[in-house]
Amino acid sequence: MSLEVIRSGLLDTIQDVGRYGHQHLGINPSGAMDKTAMHFANALVGNVHNEAVIEMCFPAATFVFNKECLIALSGADFGATVNGKPIQINHPIAIPRESELKFAKNNSGSFCYMAIQGGIEIRHWMSSASTNLKAKVGGEKGRALKKGDVLSFRKTDFIASELLVFPWSVSTSFYKEPTLIHCIKGGEFDWLNKSSQEKLITNPFTITTLSDRMGYRFQSESLRKSINEELLSTAVQFGTIQLLPSGQLICLMADHQTTGGYPRVLQVAQSDLPKLAQRRSNESISFRLISLQAAEDRLINQHQQLQQIQTSCKLRLNQFVSEKYKR
Amino acid sequence: MNYPLKYSIQSVSESAVCINFGNSIDALINDRVHAFCHHLKKSSATQWIDIIPAYTSVTIIYNAIELRKHCSSAYEVVKQEIEKAIASCDWNKKGIARLVTIPVCYHPNVAPDLVRLSKEKKISIEQLIWLHTTPTYLVFMIGFLPGFAYMGTIDKKLITPRLEKPRTTVKAGSVGIAGEQTGIYPLDSPGGWNIIGQTPLTLFDADRKAPVLLQPGDQIKFKSISMDEFMSFDKNSFNVFNL
Repeated sequence: MSLEVIRSGLLDTIQDVGRYGHQHLGINPSGAMDKTAMHFANALVGNVHNEAVIEMCFPAATFVFNKECLIALSGADFGATVNGKPIQINHPIAIPRESELKFAKNNSGSFCYMAIQGGIEIRHWMSSASTNLKAKVGGEKGRALKKGDVLSFRKTDFIASELLVFPWSVSTSFYKEPTLIHCIKGGEFDWLNKSSQEKLITNPFTITTLSDRMGYRFQSESLRKSINEELLSTAVQFGTIQLLPSGQLICLMADHQTTGGYPRVLQVAQSDLPKLAQRRSNESISFRLISLQAAEDRLINQHQQLQQIQTSCKLRLNQFVSEKYKR
Repeated sequence: MNYPLKYSIQSVSESAVCINFGNSIDALINDRVHAFCHHLKKSSATQWIDIIPAYTSVTIIYNAIELRKHCSSAYEVVKQEIEKAIASCDWNKKGIARLVTIPVCYHPNVAPDLVRLSKEKKISIEQLIWLHTTPTYLVFMIGFLPGFAYMGTIDKKLITPRLEKPRTTVKAGSVGIAGEQTGIYPLDSPGGWNIIGQTPLTLFDADRKAPVLLQPGDQIKFKSISMDEFMSFDKNSFNVFNL
């Protein structure tokens, strides 16, 4: 049971929640840019939330499935079609054998995730399937997927003779107010002069084209410090927003280095990282400060919602399958 | 250590906290960092996700979702646990102190900045090698790339700022100088350090049981080897660890 990449995409990689426990050795976590969408895709096909998925950028690869299977797409909408028929994101989809999955149009978002029921057979490296492009490890040979790659998947409950988009979907409020990013103060927030502190939480910031899985660079009126101490490198995280010497900001994303030495002015609330990850270059966002307690509460709330979604997806799927599909 | 213990605890995110022991590149402060990491690994009740040492700080990544099952603020629980750990830490114990010998070929063919540094500093290449191989260095931290060890501090005569224009490719194994630090590139990578030599050792090997050769807190000694020795180097017969 496998799928084959018949046309390469721009940057399609295998990701999961990331590689943790090795950051003291400089091994960065990698992992999905939008973990909510990864979770959704997995929930829809009945996988555990951390099952490895394919993360795609536009233009995405074209795939052929040599065997029936159940997939789900979530996150960005790249105008997916199966054998020419448009399919929606956020639904489980039964795929007949010898089907071709293509992505035609960049409708919304930056990263689209494909989960396959049963998961992709992929060797874990240091307890994760995530592709680390810099160290050339994890995922498919430590690199982006390319034409000719064949990925095996483990099992399927489905013998679908025709394409079927299941009649339920997941939705969420997590991506609402897409241009508003909640943050807590970074360690060096107070290094900014008063007017720059004000600008940071009121001005719009435009994501530049120099943005990738390592970091999103912003263009804005430049910000100035009133404290000019030298900062020693310390550990940084996904969502750490640093002030560069130019007065511009960079937000570290999934492929960030483990350590950094630029002043940290903000830290994006974990619950808003998916929202930020799905913004595109030339789009603007603004930052709103919240307390650490509020950020923690949002994280817990989001986690509980994701668990409920996971449970109800599983129920719907089991019911549907026992009625219609089980062998 | 008869150094007054100063520290601060700062939240970094919903799932990370940073403990800072000072603000300068100083082996005594860094020893404290490694002692605290060692203590946390050995004696914590909480399962930490990551414990990341840097020059003067330890950043702890924790599972806020797990902790919140039993409290209303994960940060407060973590903070209390850290206060306890600081109170019970043995600051003289930093785990296994390894002495690692690293062979380095200091030859212009593998060290694009060697001749320039020797001219700029008005010292011979032999003197430069002697200055670089004499001290025993401390691995203050690992960062930037998987397995990139920040070591120091180097002899004052060797202190050199980073290149103004970083190279697009520095070869894996390249030994460089930046400020008062010395380091080794574990992978081919863009980089701005002044390259004065190259080691035939593999610093990062994904297929090895321990993919990363050096660890934070290691003691490092460089050993000069000739171009011939570099070319015919046998990784298997060279013992880097003198425990």
